[in-house]
Amino acid sequence: MHKIWLIIQREYLTRVRKKSFIIMTLLTPLLLAAFMILPSLLITMSDEAETVMVLDESGLFEGKLQDKKDVKFIPLAGSLDQAKMLYQETDNTALLYIPEMDLSNPEGFVVYGKKNISIQTQVRLENMLEKEIENQRYLASGLDRETLDKIKANVSLTAINLSDQGEKDNNAIITSVAGVAGAVIIYFFIFLYGVQIMRGVIEEKTSRIVEVMISSVKPFQLMMGKIVGIAAVGLTQFLLWVILSFMAVTAVSAAFGVDAAPSPAAQYAAGQVAAQGEETALKDPASMENPEGQDEFASTFNDIKTSFANLPVALIFFSFLFYFLGGYLLYGSLFGAIGAAVDNETDTQQFMMPITIPLAIAFIMSYSIVLKNPDGPVAFWMSMIPLTSPIVMMVRVPFGVPTWELLLSMGLLVAGFVFTTWIASRIYRVGILMYGKKVNYKELSKWLFYRV
Amino acid sequence: MSILKIDGVTKTYANHTALDNVSFEIPQGCIFGLLGPNGAGKTSLIRIITQITGADSGKVYFKGERLKPDHIKEMGYLPEERGLYKKMKVGEQLLYLAQLKGLSKSEATARIKAWVDRFEIREWLDKNIEDLSKGMQQKVQFIATVLHEPSLIILDEPFSGFDPINANLIKDEILSLRERGATIIFSTHRMESVEELCDNIALINRAQKVLDGPVKEIRDTYKTDTYQIIGNGQLMITSPDFEVLEQHSNHGIFRANVRLLNNTSPNDLLRYLIQRVEVHSFVELVPSINEIFIRKVKETHHA
Repeated sequence: MHKIWLIIQREYLTRVRKKSFIIMTLLTPLLLAAFMILPSLLITMSDEAETVMVLDESGLFEGKLQDKKDVKFIPLAGSLDQAKMLYQETDNTALLYIPEMDLSNPEGFVVYGKKNISIQTQVRLENMLEKEIENQRYLASGLDRETLDKIKANVSLTAINLSDQGEKDNNAIITSVAGVAGAVIIYFFIFLYGVQIMRGVIEEKTSRIVEVMISSVKPFQLMMGKIVGIAAVGLTQFLLWVILSFMAVTAVSAAFGVDAAPSPAAQYAAGQVAAQGEETALKDPASMENPEGQDEFASTFNDIKTSFANLPVALIFFSFLFYFLGGYLLYGSLFGAIGAAVDNETDTQQFMMPITIPLAIAFIMSYSIVLKNPDGPVAFWMSMIPLTSPIVMMVRVPFGVPTWELLLSMGLLVAGFVFTTWIASRIYRVGILMYGKKVNYKELSKWLFYRV
Repeated sequence: MSILKIDGVTKTYANHTALDNVSFEIPQGCIFGLLGPNGAGKTSLIRIITQITGADSGKVYFKGERLKPDHIKEMGYLPEERGLYKKMKVGEQLLYLAQLKGLSKSEATARIKAWVDRFEIREWLDKNIEDLSKGMQQKVQFIATVLHEPSLIILDEPFSGFDPINANLIKDEILSLRERGATIIFSTHRMESVEELCDNIALINRAQKVLDGPVKEIRDTYKTDTYQIIGNGQLMITSPDFEVLEQHSNHGIFRANVRLLNNTSPNDLLRYLIQRVEVHSFVELVPSINEIFIRKVKETHHA
């Protein structure tokens, strides 16, 4: 045990001290922060207020076109030609011309611009004018806008899970996000660090240290020490990323005065609003600013918050850790065995296939089938098979999985990694002392039963 | 007393036999040469002794006990293919390897200090292995092999890669390790290189032990009572007690190989010569281990 501990320490320290590790660990959160901050920064930058000069010959819109956060109106008087000349001299965005007209037949509006007027500005102005005309028509027919708003109905559905545990708010999107995020992290962790195990073994083999090592320790100790040491490196990096990303995002958003970077929750809230109110939003981009729209936004946001709160967080977290480590150990030992079987990295290709394929399938299936039908037969079987369960089960857990299924899957995963570790250690102990031999699967299968 | 006893060890790989019923003993405190051509089975045998692999059949005793994992820390092994972690500092590497052999951190540190002072390589401690020359790496590896003061040191082709100066340094270290009671196994195919160092040898050829024992005894067994004489004068041997095997003469200086017959002693030959010629040199022609090996291999093939 003492020796394994020494090996773990070495594997851990030599990697954590590497420049590449330090740079990667520091750079990734910064990049992440940049990715989160940049879009909102760009939006604020392009949000320079537009100024529209208005020549209203009808007199119907006087004082009705109100300045908004990003659009200002400058009323003009005089003839159209004068207005045009005046407009040419300024750098205002557009000149809106409202001719003499009748409420029943609003026509002849023109907008002049120095460049092409953007669709957005055009639609916006159209909406404002339409709305104002509608208002005036309501007034003419004895209704006012407020009464009309009261009449308008707004329905949003709240989905609730009826289950043994009682009622729960449910939000499919949030549930999916939680699961998929966990699965993605597991997927990349297995690959990134699995390959590191493989490289480490190949390095020991090519530098010929391995014979010195196994005259001191058992091959199994050397292999397990490496796998556990690299797992610790991965966890360290992951943890640092979480902490540093959080710090970086907070710091950057504070420094640039940007609204706290859109958290996934806020992004989804925005997405939902967009989905629900697509029509109104298109017709009336300003509707976001009226009280009604804000209410809607707030209520969606609250939905999401409660959805998050209602997720079995402890369970998800525990399953994440379990499948994270289980999946890593299962594949890690196989990566180690591949490293032992070959002489250099270019020879690893043929053996990588059986590792990449189940992982990739699990990953693709998670998106295409499991998310749509988390309790279907494909999802069930893939979350039982140890090669795919770390990813597929992780996607399923937030949707709620019967306890027996979860326990069976975990049990099978443990059995799975005990099995792959056994296979790997058999291949490993033969392979590390084998040089200059092109190995194929037939040869590998023989190694399993060698007496060493 | 023997530190290592190998008793009927056989090892087969998938399609060839690496060791076939090999038995011999290694006395404590000697320098033991494990000799044989490439592919004879030397490395297989070493890997069994160091417990990297196990024998198919046969037993190995270390200090009278069956070989067990605990014995590993009493052995130091320098493999033929040298290797260290390239990206690790010399000091850390030595410490790591010593700790894996069971030394405590403080003890290992103290011993590393003593060794680097002895080899005058103190300034290397903070260098990465990959920045050292091959000879320097070998020195570091030699230190790693003996740092835990093993009672059995196994050196596979120890002098390959060393320049003559460093080879001598290592030779001296090996001798002083023996002084302190360690037993050293030399494995090499270059038999002449260790002939003068070894007390005992075992010759292995094609998985089988050909011959073993103290070097002196082996030579005595194989010596032919032949002497080389160099001198001045006209040598004409007519005595039936001496047989001339070879004779050259150049500018009055002769060189002759003479074998003693009929239980005569070298002194008899010398007396005989002194009366007739001026003797400059009189040397016994002892067969080299290499010659013995070749002869022995031929014998076994004909048999």
